[in-house]
Amino acid sequence: MIHTHTYDALVVGGGGAGMMSAIYLSRTPGLRTAVISKLYPTRSHTGAAQGGVCAALANLEEDHPEWHAFDTVKGSDYLGDQDAIAAMCEEAIPVIIELEHMGLPFSRTPDGKIAQRPFGGHTHHFGQGPVRRSCYAADRTGHMILQTLYQNCIKGGVEFFDEFQVMDVILADDGRCCGCIAYEVATGDLHIFHAKAVEFATGGFGRVWSITSNAHANTGDGVAIALRRGIPLEDMEFYQFHPTGIYRLGILITEGVRGEGGILRNDHGERFMERYAPTMKDLASRDVVSRAISMEIREGRGINGKKMVYLDATHLGADVIENKLPDIADFCRTYLGIDPVKEPMPIQPTAHYAMGGIPTDANCRVVRDVNNTVLPGMYAAGETACVSVHGANRLGTNSLLDLVVFGRRGGLAMAEFCTTADLPPLPKNPEAFAREQLDRLLGVKGGGEPAARIRDEMQDVMQDDVGIYRTGEGMANALAKVRELKERFKGVSVSDKGTRFNTDLLEAWELANLLDLAEVTALSAVNRTESRGAHMREDYQSRDDANWLKHTFVTQRDGEMDITYKPVTITQFQPKERVY
Amino acid sequence: MAAPKTIKPSAGGGGKAAAKLATGKRIVLRLYRFNPDVDEKPVYREYTVTADPTDRVLDALNQVKWYEDGSLTYRRSCAHGICGSDAMRINGVNRLACKVLIRDVGDHVTIEPLMGFRVIKDLVVDMEPFFAQYRSVLPFLINDSPVPSTGRERLQSVHDREKFDDTTKCILCAACTTSCPSFWADENFVGPAAIVNAHRFIFDSRDTNANERLDILNDREGVWRCRTIFNCTEACPREIRITKAIGEVKKAILKGSRDIHIRQPATSHAG
Repeated sequence: MIHTHTYDALVVGGGGAGMMSAIYLSRTPGLRTAVISKLYPTRSHTGAAQGGVCAALANLEEDHPEWHAFDTVKGSDYLGDQDAIAAMCEEAIPVIIELEHMGLPFSRTPDGKIAQRPFGGHTHHFGQGPVRRSCYAADRTGHMILQTLYQNCIKGGVEFFDEFQVMDVILADDGRCCGCIAYEVATGDLHIFHAKAVEFATGGFGRVWSITSNAHANTGDGVAIALRRGIPLEDMEFYQFHPTGIYRLGILITEGVRGEGGILRNDHGERFMERYAPTMKDLASRDVVSRAISMEIREGRGINGKKMVYLDATHLGADVIENKLPDIADFCRTYLGIDPVKEPMPIQPTAHYAMGGIPTDANCRVVRDVNNTVLPGMYAAGETACVSVHGANRLGTNSLLDLVVFGRRGGLAMAEFCTTADLPPLPKNPEAFAREQLDRLLGVKGGGEPAARIRDEMQDVMQDDVGIYRTGEGMANALAKVRELKERFKGVSVSDKGTRFNTDLLEAWELANLLDLAEVTALSAVNRTESRGAHMREDYQSRDDANWLKHTFVTQRDGEMDITYKPVTITQFQPKERVY
Repeated sequence: MAAPKTIKPSAGGGGKAAAKLATGKRIVLRLYRFNPDVDEKPVYREYTVTADPTDRVLDALNQVKWYEDGSLTYRRSCAHGICGSDAMRINGVNRLACKVLIRDVGDHVTIEPLMGFRVIKDLVVDMEPFFAQYRSVLPFLINDSPVPSTGRERLQSVHDREKFDDTTKCILCAACTTSCPSFWADENFVGPAAIVNAHRFIFDSRDTNANERLDILNDREGVWRCRTIFNCTEACPREIRITKAIGEVKKAILKGSRDIHIRQPATSHAG
């Protein structure tokens, strides 16, 4: 059954970026806005972010947006676009203040201001030493951002379609974006959402890898849909491994632990980060710390020979851990059976964050080529998008900042667009492509291969060969394997053929998204013959600015992947060697 | 009831089957199954999985769904106790499936949907009434006075921030409300989760509409339905002291003001 809805603006994804956009849209009189989310919005993975959100508020010591911008550019290994980074770091201050006004319960300084603490890669005086810049609410900052934005959506009367899975974006015959197709999970019905403007804020795709901090829901739906519709994907080779995931489970242990003074130690008890990053030590940027941990493990200094090292917070005392890191203490007790007050935490790097995604300009408008040609009516924000403010490696806290700054910008840009734009007519049978994908999955007779086995194999090969240390041979192997899995996927059978809450069907459809994104990731990675940020090649160990100071765009055309490049925008900070 | 089936282990996070066969043990899951489109009434089906003691109950459910019976239906997302998707009744008590380990539930585990809401399918219940209760208490900051002319944050002391710290932890999983006998007896009772979220704003020094929320909760379907049974506190996966919070709201209603003495915990949760 098909239902049709008409709105001015449509936000796809109920996480931090999407809800921030929705709040701004709801403030524009006369605009009809809806949010479509495959989860109840408060289940979104923004809520799992822990440590904080950076803004140069200078509540505890001198700080400036220029310092924040420099750190972000350096963290990005000079691949971030500096005009967008400067804007983000400037706007960080009013946006964080606005979140406080919306009700966000930040932790407080003794004089009642928003509390701030150090975080990896964030420095004073352009790299001289750590600075207290991360605004936090204990170790549940993302949870409080998500709750506060949801609360303000309720206050503003935002209309939600909860548990609606986006399946496709609708492009009108003149090329404009004019809506999306969604699958109502409860009933199996398809819905056509017809709108002047659509924003994809569907989050990341950490489920491509086997050890990940990401939710089961993080399957990159919006990014994969864009790819299928001929929209390029930018810088997909840059995927961040967070240094400190709980051993084997991948659950995130916030960098805030190190911000509060936690130390990484190898099997000899050595504080090994002193060797890799003499100034910033344990608070170097994430790519540097993850590589250091991997190197310690490879050289036999993992704890008891295992693929892990210790994150030691025992010297911080019960007061700091219970008050500033209560959720971390809870995770350790629940999943490890240890008390971080008394014992070190066994950790390993965990797949965490996509620097790449759907390319946009600084106002969240999706661009469809390296000349920044705007796709009218289509927007993207948050982890789904690649502005690029994170370049080759994102700094800790800048994901939450990206959400709120670009969520706001996206909402404002869409509101402005909608007040003048007309509603393009729908193309014929706009739901046909979505219907075809579902029918194909439902049409395979029983007894086919389970989707889960293909997912396991994809995650394992991506973990082994497109992880922290990469080689041309390994990545080529991964690319071939993923392509083989895509072939085998055609024989996957879904055992639940019903229409009611069919998560069997949806999980299989999500796997198709993951496979597509794994392929683009491996392809982009094997293509880039240098090391930069999170992309570390053993066969090309140096950064190569002469040839590779540029963004990768991968576009799918008639089943073929086409690679093109876009120059990096450099304004204030010329590339130089990156030392922490 | 179907005969128990043995399922090949899969490893929750990806292909570590061999290790699990070596260390895992056999667990029988007795699962509530109901698809109203085809079933006249709910049934319990048994599945046998191999699981490590440190696996989550969610991992065991995933093994069944991914490798044995794809039609088994439940909600899940973050898998580490933060998103609130997978609250369900595990051996008779409300828990998040991702926050209970196999070693803590024994060899035979009965899993059922939350009580008090319509079952959509298997372990999935209709959450709309729950969110309607939540929305009824004005769960958002209200303060129409001008923001500071400095363009900066409203100030709040560490002490004032502490008064509502505990209730900011709520993830809206509904484990508390659906464990409450008062809610089972009266579905119109606003329920502990909504009161927790009202408390979070009533005691926030920046909010100006505490009395309006206190009036809402002074209704016959408000806090007075609470009989201080403590099920909610025991069910909360975030360890929020819910009964204490409800008590503070009751006290504020009786006093006609939020200016009551709030007993602080041994440690302070502010930064």
